[in-house]
Amino acid sequence: MSPVAVATAETASQETLETASEVLVLEELLVEEISIDGMCGVY
Amino acid sequence: MSASQLVTQLKRGLDAPICLTWELTYACNLQCVHCLSSSGQRDDRELTTEQAFAVLDELRDLQVFYINIGGGEPMIRRDFFDIIEYSIANDIGVKFSTNGAFIDEKNAQRLAAMDYLDIQISLDGVDAITNDPVRGVGSYDIARRAMDNLKAANFGPFKISVVVTRHNVDQLDEFKALADSYGAQLRITRLRPSGRGVDSWNDLHPTNEQQVQIYNWLLAHGENVLTGDSFFHLNAIGEALPGLNMCGAGRVVCLIDPIGDVYACPFVLHDQFKAGNVHDAGGFTSVWRDSELFTSLREPESAGACASCGNYDSCQGGCMAAKFFTGLPLDGPDPECVIGHGEALLAERQASPVSITPKPSKDHSKPARSALSVVS
Amino acid sequence: MTLTLSSACALHPQVALRPEPFGALAYHYGNRRLVFLKHPDVVRVVRELGDHPSIAHTLRACGIATERDASFLQALNQLTKSEILRVC
Ligand SMILES: C[S@@+](CC[C@H](N)C(=O)[O-])C[C@H]1O[C@@H](n2cnc3c(N)ncnc32)[C@H](O)[C@@H]1O
Ligand code: SF4
Ligand code: SF4
Repeated sequence: MSPVAVATAETASQETLETASEVLVLEELLVEEISIDGMCGVY
Repeated sequence: MSASQLVTQLKRGLDAPICLTWELTYACNLQCVHCLSSSGQRDDRELTTEQAFAVLDELRDLQVFYINIGGGEPMIRRDFFDIIEYSIANDIGVKFSTNGAFIDEKNAQRLAAMDYLDIQISLDGVDAITNDPVRGVGSYDIARRAMDNLKAANFGPFKISVVVTRHNVDQLDEFKALADSYGAQLRITRLRPSGRGVDSWNDLHPTNEQQVQIYNWLLAHGENVLTGDSFFHLNAIGEALPGLNMCGAGRVVCLIDPIGDVYACPFVLHDQFKAGNVHDAGGFTSVWRDSELFTSLREPESAGACASCGNYDSCQGGCMAAKFFTGLPLDGPDPECVIGHGEALLAERQASPVSITPKPSKDHSKPARSALSVVS
Repeated sequence: MTLTLSSACALHPQVALRPEPFGALAYHYGNRRLVFLKHPDVVRVVRELGDHPSIAHTLRACGIATERDASFLQALNQLTKSEILRVC
């Protein structure tokens, strides 16, 4: 994964995006949860 | 939609599977007409208890957190409890699938006393009339008795696993109500034309109209029902269903069969999708990390004939197993493509004079396959 | 509750971390949640949280630039919600 910070709209609401552009913080999506039971190829 | 960056990462494969299915035996008390592993009779080459423990040692070292045990009927093995207890003691959580025949009161209590254990009872109809033609005479009562025993033993929320067919698709609400009545979790999955399903799929798989019905039902019930991400081919209809929306075979999941052969996923038990065996030099770890098959499954796939369709990003061309066992090219539409592209191809195949649908590489069906009939 | 830079937290005892090229997988044996830690830096921070009096101390000790504090706080908050971390 690229070490450079990336802006993501996936979890950020409109609100946080606006704040982000004002305050100039680096926004990274560092963690993401998936379901252990949610992968195709398991019965 | 779930994060595409993560999915890209997952498609390139991981150091170890996230979840792996391990079929302990090909022996089964039932002979379901759709059985993906064509189970029935035990294979002489099945792993011994010691060999099974060695596989678990390796999975522990790989930090596989969770395994999914199946078969055949896994509880038929005399060392079933030894194996799951060994697994859990080594920090590998267990979920096992069962038809329920061996969950009597005593076993239910034993299971209820264990931590890190999930149980999935299979049921393909909300009544015997719907269930038994697929899973066998008496199998509905067997499954319900197992559920009653688990409830009485206070096992907690077990799972009820339903393969959606043409005949039970109208019962989804009733399945949900049944699961709720047990405090259980409903899991519905897609029927694949695998194993004995090669022969029964035509009569059992949902019609195009019913697929839309499943999609709408899933949209409405979203997070409360588990699907194992198995219905992602339906995403071409519209808004994406919750899930990763990707084929996990050889990337985040795989299958170890009763004799130790490693396949890309439980639904592709065919030589073409066999990556190796746990007895090979380097063991399971090398098979997972270095086998030619798994390496190729982690390379970017081509959309092939789907490239000209605007929906490829949402449906990913569907399921490799479904295409393979219906004789369709792997880089093209799923036989159940909701736009209808698969159906057209299938019709062409069926009109062709030579049959080219592959058969599963192993068949452990009992010799007298009497009274196997599919409702239509 | 929401974590701030001065909060203290640590990896939950029922959580295991598995290294992966992009970072790590975190799995909670109790609630069966699986979380991807998508950067090696966040893996280091999560491993060290329990050794420092606050999140700020941990971030500085791991050499994380202050511009990234907000992202790390957001991530740690999400991990607390999933019980991958517990508040001390
Ligand atoms: C192969 S069985 C093995 C474990 C156990 N005997 C049981 O029936 O649960 C595991 C699960 O796969 C499901 N299954 C069987 N054939 C299938 C197929 N062709 N497509 C999708 N699922 C299938 C079964 O209904 C069951 O829920
Ligand atoms: S082959 Fe089909 S069932 Fe197996 S993981 Fe891929 S999409 Fe899922
Ligand atoms: S699906 Fe049916 S035949 Fe196959 S293993 Fe399970 S119970 Fe046995």
